[in-house]
Amino acid sequence: MEITTRDLWTVVHGMGFGALFMFAFSGALAELYRMTTPGAGYQPSPREQVLFRFYLGAMVALAWGAVLSGAYVVYPWYRAAPPAGADLADYPKALLVSTRRTSAWHTVGMEWKEHVAWLAPIGMSMVAFVFLRYGRAMSRFPELRLAALGFVLTALVATGVAGGFGALLNKYAPVRGGTVIHLVDGERGKADDAAPPLRP
Amino acid sequence: MTQLPPSGPDAAAPAAEAADGLTNGSGGAAILAAGIGCGALGVLALAADASPALNHLMSVYRPSGALSGVSTSAVLIWLAAWWGLERRWSARTVDLRRITLVAFALLGVSLLLTFPPVMDLLQGK
Repeated sequence: MEITTRDLWTVVHGMGFGALFMFAFSGALAELYRMTTPGAGYQPSPREQVLFRFYLGAMVALAWGAVLSGAYVVYPWYRAAPPAGADLADYPKALLVSTRRTSAWHTVGMEWKEHVAWLAPIGMSMVAFVFLRYGRAMSRFPELRLAALGFVLTALVATGVAGGFGALLNKYAPVRGGTVIHLVDGERGKADDAAPPLRP
Repeated sequence: MTQLPPSGPDAAAPAAEAADGLTNGSGGAAILAAGIGCGALGVLALAADASPALNHLMSVYRPSGALSGVSTSAVLIWLAAWWGLERRWSARTVDLRRITLVAFALLGVSLLLTFPPVMDLLQGK
């Protein structure tokens, strides 16, 4: 079982940062709603408020990790221009735009994803700051609470678009190559003698 | 002497400021700045897509192309706006309703302008 460095970075970007960030939205929305509802009988303890501040801080770190690793690590491999005669399978963008059947995965999917994803870290940073600054007192400022919930929902949509298209793009034109990392030896099969090694 | 009504962001200041002196200005600054940053991202993404010269200028990190300049510029605009607004509003009570409306409008603009079919429509493609 082998994996390349580019595969690994794609996993770190999409699963390590993106998917973890996505999973955290349900908790953020529920706690933000619960802790800041005006007149609610529920009073979060100081410890719960501190924990939620850490939770939002972790979300901010994951969101920035996702967009920075995407824009500066994975995306350059995706959009690299192929030299003449190169195998397009190693150049995802060139592979996608080489035919009408797949070009929209780039012109709509990637071009939407690469920009809209940035709304998430900006919005979540604002929400984390506002909760850090006001905590439970947000319930006294209805518009503050509305804005925070609105930006969290928008960040969720932006992350959904980016994550969804990221998964599909990686299905149709995966980012490949880099140094091969050998993980474990598998059982020997009939095709072992004829099987080409993983593309470097 | 007649007192003039407050204008600008204080125009409809809510009565939410409590005895602890916590004002909504800091929150308003963060919300509006986030809206400005998101709006800037949408406008810059469209502009870099429409203008080859700007696209080239925005390619501050060549391997990532214009995305590097568009996103970096939007983040800098967001942080600069936040810094400026925080300095002005942190100790004040502001019209949060209007600020939130403007921030949501900017967020809507950014969602529209980052959507490629809308980008293409605006450029007549």
